[in-house]
Parts: sequence; C-alpha cells; structure tokens
Amino acid sequence: MGTDTPILDLKDVRYRWSGRVSFGLDIPDLTLQAAETVLLLGESGSGKSTLLSLICGTIAPQSGAVSVAGTDIASLSAGRRDRFRAEHIGLIFQQFNLLPYASVLDNILLPLRFAPQRRARVPSPQDTARMLCQDLGLPDDAIAAQAGTLSVGQQQRVAAARALIGAPPLLIADEPTSALDAATQATFLNLLFTQARAHGSTLLMVSHDARLATHFNRVVQMADITKTHRAAA
Amino acid sequence: MILRLALGSLMARALTVGMTILAIALSVALFLGVEKVRTGAKASFADTISGTDLIVGARSGSVQLLLYSVFRIGNATNNMTWESYQDIAARPEVDWIVPISLGDSHRQFRVMGTTNAFFERYKYRSGQALAIADGAIMEELFDTVIGADVAATLGYEIGDPIVVAHGLASFIDHDDQPFRISGILEKTGTPVDRTVIVSLEAIEAIHVDWQGGARTPGQSTPVDVIRQMQLEPEAVTAALIGVKSRLQVFGLQRAINEYPQEPLLAILPGVALQELWQIVGIAETALIAVSGMVVVTALIGMMATIFSSLNERRREMAIFRAMGARPRAVLSLLVLEAALMAAIGAILGIALLYLGLTVAQPRVDAAFGLWLPIEAPTLREFWVLLGVVAAGAIVSLVPAFRAYRMSLADGMMVRI
Repeated sequence: MGTDTPILDLKDVRYRWSGRVSFGLDIPDLTLQAAETVLLLGESGSGKSTLLSLICGTIAPQSGAVSVAGTDIASLSAGRRDRFRAEHIGLIFQQFNLLPYASVLDNILLPLRFAPQRRARVPSPQDTARMLCQDLGLPDDAIAAQAGTLSVGQQQRVAAARALIGAPPLLIADEPTSALDAATQATFLNLLFTQARAHGSTLLMVSHDARLATHFNRVVQMADITKTHRAAA
Repeated sequence: MILRLALGSLMARALTVGMTILAIALSVALFLGVEKVRTGAKASFADTISGTDLIVGARSGSVQLLLYSVFRIGNATNNMTWESYQDIAARPEVDWIVPISLGDSHRQFRVMGTTNAFFERYKYRSGQALAIADGAIMEELFDTVIGADVAATLGYEIGDPIVVAHGLASFIDHDDQPFRISGILEKTGTPVDRTVIVSLEAIEAIHVDWQGGARTPGQSTPVDVIRQMQLEPEAVTAALIGVKSRLQVFGLQRAINEYPQEPLLAILPGVALQELWQIVGIAETALIAVSGMVVVTALIGMMATIFSSLNERRREMAIFRAMGARPRAVLSLLVLEAALMAAIGAILGIALLYLGLTVAQPRVDAAFGLWLPIEAPTLREFWVLLGVVAAGAIVSLVPAFRAYRMSLADGMMVRI
C-alpha cells in the first residue's frame, strides 16, 4: 500500500437488499485518506448502516468496488472478508457493544483472536490493553472488571480500546456518543481523536448530530454521496 | 480465551443454564444409577445361591426347578422319593447333600423342611454363610427358624408360636402342632429371608394325621406320640448337592439325569440362573431404554434452551461478527457451550450418582437385600459420559446452525 493510497475507496457501488426491492443504495464515489477524520452525517434510514456493512464486508455489493487499505474487499470470499475486517477495521458501536459477561481485558483482546497479523503487531497484548485503558482514562482496576458492571461512558471507552488495539488502519464509529451526556461526549471524542492520531488510524464516524462537525477534518453528508432508491409502496 | 468467553456466557445465563445442567445431571445419574442397580441386581441374583454344585428335583424344566427350590416361586410338578435321595447321597462324588421339602405355608411365606445342614451348607453372595441374628437353629421337633423378612413383616420374636397352614392357599391349619420360633436369621437379600424353616421330620410330624392331602377325619395323634415316631419322609421336593471335586459335577449331573429308578433332573445353579436372567433381561432392556430416553429428553431440553436464548443473544453474535468472527465461529461457540453444559452435567451427574449410592447403599441393602457396589466408574460408564457430551454437541448443532444463519443475515448491525 503506497502512502497516497486511500484507506477507503468506494467506486460505483450498487447494493440492493435481497427481497426488499423497495430500497437500494448507490454510491458513485467515496474516498478517505490515511489519518483523516471524517464525519458521515445522515438521517435515519438514509443507508448509513448499509454503507457500514458494505465497508466492513458483512454484505457484498452487487457491483462496484469497496477498497479498504488498497484491497477490494468485495472481491474476497465471505471468510476472507471476515478475516480482513478483523485485521484492518476497528469498530465502535452506539452502545451495549461489549460482551457484558466477559472481562474488560477479554473484550479488548477479542479482535486479536480473529486477526493474527493485528495480533502480531501487539507484542504484549495484556500490557497494551492496560496502556490503552490508562490512555482512555479508565481506572486501573477496570481491566479485570466485568464489562457489564461499568458505566455507559466507561463501556464506550473500553469499546474504543478494543477498536484501537493492534492499530487498525481504519476506525469506524457508529454513533458512539449518542448514549453519552454532553460532558462525557466531549471527553470521549477528545480521547478517541488523540488515540486515533497516535495510532495513525483513519476515523470514519457516522452520526446524525451535525454539532460534532467541528471536531473532524471533513464532513460528508450521506445525501451527497448516495443515490438512495425508494420505490413507492 | 474462547473457552473463557463460552464459560462467561454460560455464567451470564446461570439460572436457565443451571436448570439445563441439572436436568442433564439428573438424567445421567438416573441412567448410570439404573446401570448400577441392574448390575447390582444381576450380581445379587447370581449370588442368591453360591457354593452349591447341583440342584436335584423331579424332572421338569431347569428354570422351574431353580424357581421353586431356590426362589420359592411356583410348585414342583412332582417330588423325588426318599430312596432316590438316599441313593444319590450315597454316591461317592457327593460331598454333602441337603434335602428341601416344600408345600406348606405360613401366612404369605413358604415353609421349607430341611436338615440343620442347610444352615451350614447354604451359601449366598460369594460364599457368605447364613447367620443367626437372634436365638438358635432348631433343636426341638417343633422349632422353627424364620427369615429376616418374616420376622420383620409379622413382628415375630423368639419364642412366639407359629401355626403352619397346609398347602399354599389353604384355610386348613396344622393348628394341633404349633411351632415355636427358636431363631431369626440375619437379612441375606435372598429368598431365605422370606422363608419359614423347619426340620424335615417336623414336616412329616404335622402330616401324621393326613392322607392324600386331607386330614383323616377323627384322627388326632398326640404330640408326645408323634415325638416317639420314626419320622422319615417318603419324598422330598429337591436337594442341594456339593461334590467332592468340581471335575465330577458333569458326571454326577449326567448320572442323575439318567437315573433309572425315577425321572430326575440335576441342574447347575449358575447356568440356570443365567437362563432365568435372560428371561428377566427383557425388563432390564426396557429399563435401560427408558432411562436412555430420559437422557435424550434432557438433551432435547438443552437444545430448546439454546434455541430460546438465540434471539436475546443476537447482539452478542453480532459483536463476534464485528470483531471478525466467521459465522462458523459463532456456530462453534454455541456447540462448545452445549458441550460444556453436557460435560458439566455429566460430571455433576456422576457426582450425584455416587452421593446417592453412598446414602442409599445400606438402606437398599437392608430393605431389598440388593447390594449396590460403590466402585470407580467402569469403562462402559466412561463411554456413556463421553456419549452424553458428544450427543449434547450434536443436538446443539440444530440451534447452532440457526445461529449461523442468523449471524449471516444480521452481520454486525443488530439493533434489538
């Protein structure tokens, strides 16, 4: 991957939900450069989740190319797409995105279980996990705690640590601050940006909250990049 | 780590998982318990008579002879004459011989006439001899020794009088010659427990005034006179024989079976017990089948539990998918969880079994004379446990495949 290779590059992507002819998503072009922070704004039902699924490779487009770090994941088999996602993408969801019964440490280390190359980049996973927890402002004893026992804000920081471990080139955050109050929101975003910069990761955050725009290098409106098809019922 | 996560997931659903594990544990304990009872019953059954080389009676079937002579079930079709008995007793191969005379009863218990040699020669449970719990064996003509169940059921004690009824379902008692209980035997778990033992002479004594199965009208010989009489039986029902050398058993058996004076049958108790067990074995197979079905039901219950938890676990599966787990990894996780549940259930089941055996062993022995051995799990039991774990993993494939399909459809974007 050359230095000028975009981290994310969607070209002429066309997706139709199987059995749902009424909805379709067309993305002619979307590009994210390395270390860029991009806010993707869109209303509910604008196709944000479908776009994330396409980028993560859990669904494949009918046509077009979805390149992540120079690899067209649409051309990979389903199994290789799963592996590729684990190796190259760190994910943060809106809420309840941890295994509540598992420890914080196990939650953070979970993606490494499915990504040998990413794991190889972390010589001492437990120490790295502890360091990430410290950097994200989690208390020292949180690492051994059950994830489900933490506050929502702390859970979201654990989710960030899980996404950051092994420094994946692309971080995707799906409305990660929507369950947080304003103060916690700002703190979390600052920590996330700091860590993304430290790891050299590109951050794509999906939200419907336009007030977050000032934090990002670039803001992309779903409506500007997509041609959403809705047939009359 | 995956094992830890699987355990964590199970712990998070402790109540339903615990109930499922308990159901598996109880079914495993029941299945292996039935197996223990079966082997214990078979061993106890085989141990009903021990140390006797041949049983001789009138010619009938070997199982029938065994049933009436040892188990006191059914009746002899005929007796063997006292001459034949003496003739056999005089044979050089015979080390000892004990006569058995059946036909009368006391309440629901059979009365057996024999000699005092019976107490010395009759052995059970790998050569264990009869022991007197209270009193002594018969010394007087109208003394009787009763089995432990007879004493317990009828509340008899030493010195209590007993009136023997003529035949098995008769309303005519030998009330003119009552017996006195001289001894009560310790519990053996054999039909001896349910037997009223009197001397062979006593059987003759109570039938002095009887002819052709009926009391002679107007005749009542005083007991003092009876005591002076030569009370030699005309016939006995059967005889237990011990030979001097085991090598002579088959020769003696053949000689008795070809006895020219009257049609007799000599059987090897062990062989006849095996024949009898084969008949009883049908119930044994049914028992195993029923307990096997209980295990299957518990495993199906586990499958239902996994099925019912799938919907609430869609987010968990989506998290795994988001982290890069393939759908088949989700499938494997569910199978692993099921195998863990089955394994824990199996281990808990065997623990319950041994706890139950420890508690029940003396009680079952006392109540039924059934000795349940507490031994290390056999290879067969080990395979049963392994089979339960494997079956648990196999039945879980059904909900796991459903989870596989759900995780394919959901991807990582489940919002419940």
